[in-house]
Amino acid sequence: MNIVVCIKQVPDTTEIKIDPIKNTLIRTGVPSIMNPFDKNALETGLQLKDNYGGKVTVISMGPAQAQAVLREALSMGADKAYLVTDRAFGGSDTYATSYILSQAIKKLGPFDVILGGKQAIDGDTGQTAPSIAEHLNAVRLTHILDVKVSGDKIIARRQVEEGTEVIETSLPVLCTATKESNKPRYATIKRKIASLKAEISIITLADLPHADTTKMGLKGSPTKVRKTFTPQRTANGVTIEGSSPAEIAETLLNKLVEAKIL
Amino acid sequence: MVNNMSLLYTEEQKELLALVREMAEHEIKPFVQSADEKGECPKELFKWGFDMGLHMLEIPEEYGGAGLSYETTAMIFEELAKVDAGYAISFVTTFVALRNVILAGSKEQGRYFAEKIAPGGFAAFALTEPNAGSDPAAMRATAVSDGDEYILNGTKTFITNGALSDVFVGFFKTDPATGHRGISAFIVDADAPGVTVGAHENKMGLRLSNTTDLIFDNVRVNASAMVGPAGSGFKLALNALNLSRAFVATMAVGIMQRALDESVKYAKERKQFNTPIIKFQMVQQMLADMAIKTEASRCLVNNTMKMMDRGSLVQKEGAICKTFVSDCAQEVTSNAVQIFGGYGYSKEYPVEKLMRDCKVFQIFEGTNQIQRMTIANVLDREYS
Repeated sequence: MNIVVCIKQVPDTTEIKIDPIKNTLIRTGVPSIMNPFDKNALETGLQLKDNYGGKVTVISMGPAQAQAVLREALSMGADKAYLVTDRAFGGSDTYATSYILSQAIKKLGPFDVILGGKQAIDGDTGQTAPSIAEHLNAVRLTHILDVKVSGDKIIARRQVEEGTEVIETSLPVLCTATKESNKPRYATIKRKIASLKAEISIITLADLPHADTTKMGLKGSPTKVRKTFTPQRTANGVTIEGSSPAEIAETLLNKLVEAKIL
Repeated sequence: MVNNMSLLYTEEQKELLALVREMAEHEIKPFVQSADEKGECPKELFKWGFDMGLHMLEIPEEYGGAGLSYETTAMIFEELAKVDAGYAISFVTTFVALRNVILAGSKEQGRYFAEKIAPGGFAAFALTEPNAGSDPAAMRATAVSDGDEYILNGTKTFITNGALSDVFVGFFKTDPATGHRGISAFIVDADAPGVTVGAHENKMGLRLSNTTDLIFDNVRVNASAMVGPAGSGFKLALNALNLSRAFVATMAVGIMQRALDESVKYAKERKQFNTPIIKFQMVQQMLADMAIKTEASRCLVNNTMKMMDRGSLVQKEGAICKTFVSDCAQEVTSNAVQIFGGYGYSKEYPVEKLMRDCKVFQIFEGTNQIQRMTIANVLDREYS
């Protein structure tokens, strides 16, 4: 089974601050990590490999420093890593990014299962991975909890608001993982050492001769950001105190009724 | 994270330390207090360490290990000991036993021992007896030759990993009439008929590490289980102790660093007379001395490890290292309790455990009194 996992390097914080003048994320002083949901996706891929055999390829689009998350993926058990990088890819929005990644995956393919996190913790759009499925004309299953293979089909459990959906579909398929999907494994010491010396293959625009360059970079991105801002906090939280849990619950209930929430 | 400024870490060392720190902080630390209370470490906790390969760090790759240097291995065990030294020592004891079989035994013996441990097995060193602690020559356990077998009898005590191990290196007298020259070492499987795990030691500290008696009652082993020639067991034990002394010292540094980290954090938060106590000179002096002793100890351990990486036996240096570091650890952890005041004496806070954990470092792998004798004897020889 050929498995590809898309991973992104993100700032290690859930409280993103935005530069009010430049409208960009403030990254100074914030260390970079593998997007946590992508780590869940990688774990899903590694479990598929453990259970059914095959190869796990990881791919990331970004500048040279994104190699760090690819190395981390190798240390956890991925077999091969590719960095998709080119000046022509700079400024890509989720549409352009998903197009470029889909072209890179096509070049490396064919793949049975493509995985990604349900969203990245910096942009929080949740658009890139599902869009890759569109570009590749693959089945798309978001928010999966687990995936089992049965013959040439897969059976996935999907997390939805009302509960869980069980879906059977044919390959190839793209799935996005959530925090609830699994607990990602740690690297082993041996793999960690090997990953630091491993070769990361580079994919540039020149490696994608059949790709449509009008769908890449800033010019190929339909998204136009008019304004970004940090919302002002208008009210502070309230701590409800009381002598017993029952009393506290009652006070809370009354307040919710008062506020017409219930 | 606190910067250990005294050592210049390579990028690889930094990455490995970050990995071990993340695992230990998330998977081990939350369970340490209850495991300490109960006096045993749940098996699930050890699985994290085995999966990562912490039992085979320094073991050469041909035996399935990661092939790290002693220096890097020590850094990793210091990091682990910050979270719990009892957890760390369970893996240290295992690799030291295997390392010594590789050093003193045949290739086949090394492979046999490594294969027992590699999938996630513990090993132990069965040397100490109720009446033979600092004086191993007084041991009573015997190995009697019977055809192409040996019959082992005796009781060993204070055996780290006693009840957890799959395999032991056991020390027995093949020639009871002689002193230390009559001691031989054998590889003994834990499931060999006649091997029984005795009483579990209810210890003051290092309570996540398993310590038991081991009883050998007419245990038959093949003559090929003897490690090295007959009568070489004492030398093997001394070499093993040289190695393990430096490694217990690295764990004591981990305990000290944790004591310092906790103390500085507390001294910054705790206010008396409307002032954080870190602003009071007498507290400052204690903290500064704790930092001095921790950094100096770390450098001493690092230098000893580098000497071992270059093949030195570190008989004197290992003794100096273990004695200095474990004496420092007593003072540092005791002062951590002092800085925490009444809270330091409470099990609600982490520092009283550090004080309990580190006491044994002045006792095991040869008491600090025996170490000083060794140091003085070597000095006597060196200046003759």
